[in-house]
Amino acid sequence: MMASATPLLEVQNLAITLQTQRGAVRAVHDLGFTLARGETVGLIGESGCGKSLTALALMGLLPDGASVRGSIRFDGQELLAMPDKALCQLRGNRMAMVFQEPMSALNPVHSIGRQVAEPLRLHQGLSARQARTQAMELLERVGIARAAERLDAYPHQFSGGQRQRITIAMALACGPDLLIADEPTTALDVTVQRQILELLAGLVAERGMALILISHDLGVIAQSVARTLVMYGGTVVESGPTRAVFGAMAHPYTQGLFAARPRLGAARVAGERLPTIAGSVPDLADLPAGCPFAGRCPRTLDACHAALPPAVALGAGHEARCIRLGEP
Amino acid sequence: MSTTKSIAVGAISTSATGQNDSNSPLLRVQDLRRDYPLPRTSLLGPRPQVHALRGVSLDIHAGRSLGVVGESGSGKSTLARLVMALDTPSAGSVELLGRDLHRLTACELRAARRDLQMVFQDPYGSLDPRQTVETIVTEPLQALANATKAELRERAAEVLAQVGLRAGDAHKYPHEFSGGQRQRIAIARALITRPRLIVADEPVSALDVSVQAQVLNLLQDLQERHGVSYLLISHDLAVVQQLCDEVLVLYQGQVVERGAPQALFTQPRHPYTQALVAAVPRMALP
Repeated sequence: MMASATPLLEVQNLAITLQTQRGAVRAVHDLGFTLARGETVGLIGESGCGKSLTALALMGLLPDGASVRGSIRFDGQELLAMPDKALCQLRGNRMAMVFQEPMSALNPVHSIGRQVAEPLRLHQGLSARQARTQAMELLERVGIARAAERLDAYPHQFSGGQRQRITIAMALACGPDLLIADEPTTALDVTVQRQILELLAGLVAERGMALILISHDLGVIAQSVARTLVMYGGTVVESGPTRAVFGAMAHPYTQGLFAARPRLGAARVAGERLPTIAGSVPDLADLPAGCPFAGRCPRTLDACHAALPPAVALGAGHEARCIRLGEP
Repeated sequence: MSTTKSIAVGAISTSATGQNDSNSPLLRVQDLRRDYPLPRTSLLGPRPQVHALRGVSLDIHAGRSLGVVGESGSGKSTLARLVMALDTPSAGSVELLGRDLHRLTACELRAARRDLQMVFQDPYGSLDPRQTVETIVTEPLQALANATKAELRERAAEVLAQVGLRAGDAHKYPHEFSGGQRQRIAIARALITRPRLIVADEPVSALDVSVQAQVLNLLQDLQERHGVSYLLISHDLAVVQQLCDEVLVLYQGQVVERGAPQALFTQPRHPYTQALVAAVPRMALP
């Protein structure tokens, strides 16, 4: 199919600029990573850090008025230069996406059987009957009970967890090489969340699918992906094997994020408060020059405002963008 | 039951009841049930019922907090609505400071709401986008009493300061604030009547991790300073543990387990609690 040396996805120097009422803002800059088949990577960060925009850029679904620079190579093909028609043949076929809100990702006036069958008819040219049979199998695979009887049911007849399973079935219809899941479990209960994450992990193991998982939940990322990118202010501030990132927490933002999370099972001390990060996530238009975390960071120096710190290698693929890494 | 007169002067009745009997709980919920009828399945058959709450009892003492955890459909929000007297129970009682909220007249209930406020999940949906922060925050007071403009302005400035907003923010509109700041506005609105109990339905679940920590700390500060109690509804066990002295686990409308959060979450006894705790993603590290 392809030379094994080429990674499935190679993102280099990705920069996204959005037009807002306050002028052009840099929503994402200097973003790069590679992903091979069967690999999993997690993007973590708070609202406005650019993680969802990155996902949309990969899928070629950025809003009008957004401009992208850099390079996104999927299986050796440059996506950013690709005409729309060619991109449409990839989307939903070899790369697919699962969104946060299953209710708005599904069409309320079409039966779920029809919606799951749609990519099969479109990309694989199956007949209505063949597509319907495959849709039923897909729904069974994602754990919809009595799928055959429920093919003609509508999205509102399902619970939130079942709806998310249906959108996953749609995304998996054509056996994609890459699945991008943007907060797929945020709207779900923890027990359902666990089932969905296990389903995704099973698909990665079984089909060698590559997975990009976007979440603000540190626990979800820790459990589900091999590599983690921590994003802040449109850039990756720390990246590496999940174990290394969670173990070392090299960047001050990663440290702040981890400390701010209430820990289950920890003893409760009267009068004790959660450590917080000073200030709030800045508007993209108000990002400081230099390091985006400068100002909120307790270790800010004048030099932090000078330029975006380069990524410093910390060993075994682990790197962080901070000029004060070596200091005690 | 208290007389109409003492209720009408909400604040006075509050302090009187609160001080006279320090052992009686601030909120006592007894055997609360709520059934909702479903559409008929056959023409002549009875309407099926869904039992959203099947006999829930709980006490909250002044200055203490109770967390309610459970999944969608467990009855958490029905419980919050019944405690807030926004819905009528099928059976059982909700007593706030000794008065059964569901037996009060509309007028008495309105006055009793002074002691009872709510903070909602969605800081975007729960604030009117066309009103200034000052109007939003002072609305509960305007509904309760005839306060002058100057008094309202003064109280608004006071509660905004309590939640860490600036007095200058009073004339801004909700869209000018971030999610965390909006939730602060919602908390300020709840504080303005100097309530004894705040029912908070998922108050931080729409917020980012770092902002969530700020709002949780604020809720704890307010409790220490003003002795307000919280009934916290949440699906996030860690958030409940951070804020509450006691926790109830609700499953299919029934309390399946209750206890101190740390004990309950480290050694859950009921199979449902065990499943719930086991499903929480953890940052397990070697």
